Amino acid sequence: MEESIAEPKPLTILIADDSDTDRLILAALVRRLGHRVLEAKNGQEAVQLFQDCDPDIVLLDALMPVMDGMEAARQIKILAGERMVPLIFLTSLSEAEDLAKCLDAGGDDFLSKPYNRVILEAKINAFNRMRLMHRALSRQRDLIRERNEQLLQEQEVAKRVFDNVAHTGCLDAFNIRHHASPLALFNGDVLFAAPFPAGGMLVFIGDFTGHGLPAAVGAMPLAEIFYGMVTKGFKGADVLREFNQKLKQILPPGMFCCGGMIEADFKHNQLQVWNGGLPDGWLVRANGDLELVPSRHLPLGILSSDRFDDSMDTLPTEPGDRLLMLTDGFLESRNTEGRLFGDSGIRWALESRTVSQHPFDAVLEAVKQFSASAADTDDLTMCSVEMVDEVGISIIQDRTEPSPLPGPMEWHCEYEIRERTLGDFSPLPLLLHICMEVPGLRRKSGEIYTLLAELYSNALEHGVLELSSHWKQSAEGFDQYYEERRRRLSRVEGHFIRFSLSHSMTSSGGRLRIVCEDSGSGFDFHNHPILNEDQRPGRAGRYAGRGLLLLKRLAESVTFHQQGNQVEIIFDWEVAGSSSNPASSHRQ
Amino acid sequence: MPIQTRRGENSQTLIISIVGRFDFSTHQAFRDAYEHGDESIRYYIVDLSDTTYLDSSALGMLLLLRDYAGGDSASISIENCNNDVRRILSISNFEQLFAIR
Repeated sequence: MEESIAEPKPLTILIADDSDTDRLILAALVRRLGHRVLEAKNGQEAVQLFQDCDPDIVLLDALMPVMDGMEAARQIKILAGERMVPLIFLTSLSEAEDLAKCLDAGGDDFLSKPYNRVILEAKINAFNRMRLMHRALSRQRDLIRERNEQLLQEQEVAKRVFDNVAHTGCLDAFNIRHHASPLALFNGDVLFAAPFPAGGMLVFIGDFTGHGLPAAVGAMPLAEIFYGMVTKGFKGADVLREFNQKLKQILPPGMFCCGGMIEADFKHNQLQVWNGGLPDGWLVRANGDLELVPSRHLPLGILSSDRFDDSMDTLPTEPGDRLLMLTDGFLESRNTEGRLFGDSGIRWALESRTVSQHPFDAVLEAVKQFSASAADTDDLTMCSVEMVDEVGISIIQDRTEPSPLPGPMEWHCEYEIRERTLGDFSPLPLLLHICMEVPGLRRKSGEIYTLLAELYSNALEHGVLELSSHWKQSAEGFDQYYEERRRRLSRVEGHFIRFSLSHSMTSSGGRLRIVCEDSGSGFDFHNHPILNEDQRPGRAGRYAGRGLLLLKRLAESVTFHQQGNQVEIIFDWEVAGSSSNPASSHRQ
Repeated sequence: MPIQTRRGENSQTLIISIVGRFDFSTHQAFRDAYEHGDESIRYYIVDLSDTTYLDSSALGMLLLLRDYAGGDSASISIENCNNDVRRILSISNFEQLFAIR
């Protein structure tokens, strides 16, 4: 599309002059230079010819009858619009003021009478170069504008595709606050949140090096991995390991993702946090105290799996504690004097806020007031997670779409893990995954996960390892319990835990039967207080009460077999809408 | 020149100094500094004594150098960083990958 500036092809030149002699002389000169000539006797004719014949350059006499050169110049400039049509006044005027008027009316230059052939040729050539350059620039500008619109449109579509993969998870939960630009994806920022099947939630905030497409492409698999793994019951450390491996595999060596993983456990009132390359996180205690959560790891996508450290820091919390994590856009915000907001800006915002103000609002407000332009906040991503009572959080809806496939209804499977694997591997995500193939069970993923988890931890800790839950009732005992657990896991020769899962259809839905058997010596279930409806938990050696009560509450029935080392659970589900209150209709 | 190279006392060492801002604008110059070096180079020193600023794309460039120099077996030290630069390196925990002095 580049055009040669010195285009040799003849130009069409409009000459307007009421003096026949002057016009003929000029027309002859211009023709001799090799150009085509259009002749007009006054301003009106000139405007008409301009409209009809689209000349490249216009030569206008200033003083003409009917319509003078000034008025014609104004009209021609309007007609030309964005196009550059050089307009040269032909004049014998010599007063500076008169000449200035010609330029004010839209003229680009003058040519004095009588005409000089050399000057005329030079001016035509000079203005033609300018005209061509203007045209080339306009075309390039239009092309850039068009490409940019196309790019924005593509980003819009890409963003929709990404949103379908990432959806908003549970970012809208009442205990989460977040700020991200609508096009954060193309700034390289990502933010995910999802509830665990058995309670608690996982939040990830990430910041890719670089902007635009590469960052967005890297974000895609993270979203898939995050939501896929969390619904299957994997924990933060597992997700981090998978993130790192995937990014290491797909990103070029110079690219990586700084990130923060927050695992909130409302049941045990604790946060597990991993910070790799993000600015310090801030734990704002319910009483206003501040604690830093610094980056202790390399960003994701740099280290190979065998060197990657997925260990998360555990922070004991109270309801009302809030954890704030943010990308470095916050620290790099500048005010009009070029000063950085920095960590000190965040500390100031958190320390000077009023008691009732949410720390999230305090920081966002402070950075908005601080930064030179409002557009700066486009590059900022921040989220806060508040610790709440477990009961309050259960209303978070699992928004996973039901699969359109009918799924298996009649099946049976057995899965047994043995010896060393008992300590190394959790079978829960796999078992949950099998159950989730049944569409009717998918809505119950939290309950199924809890059932499987209770059965498994009971079989492992009390059945195989024969740990006593009495120990867990005191602080020293708690440590002793976990120390002993670790020690005993190293000698589990000959031991196993076996799950048998069966599913069948019923008239109103389906029935899942879970049998969990372990190689331990069992317990005296015939005289267990809870099994005998005697509400005095904590007395029995094996089930400390809480776990068993939970099983009884969730399942249709809980039955012990053999010497107490085999538990059978029946879980019924109904097709949505077939019963007004399926949960309580036929409890035992 | 924002980027200068010289040999260390030991001829197997390449010293790369960055003057001013170490960011995406120095990308090509930084790559040229080590990519066309000869085969005998075993050790790299990135001298940041005159570096005023370093951003995440510079971190990426350091990783590219590390990759070029043999990944986990690379021998690279980053020297003379000012406090701001050191802070950025330590937020990203780059001391796990480079000897930072």
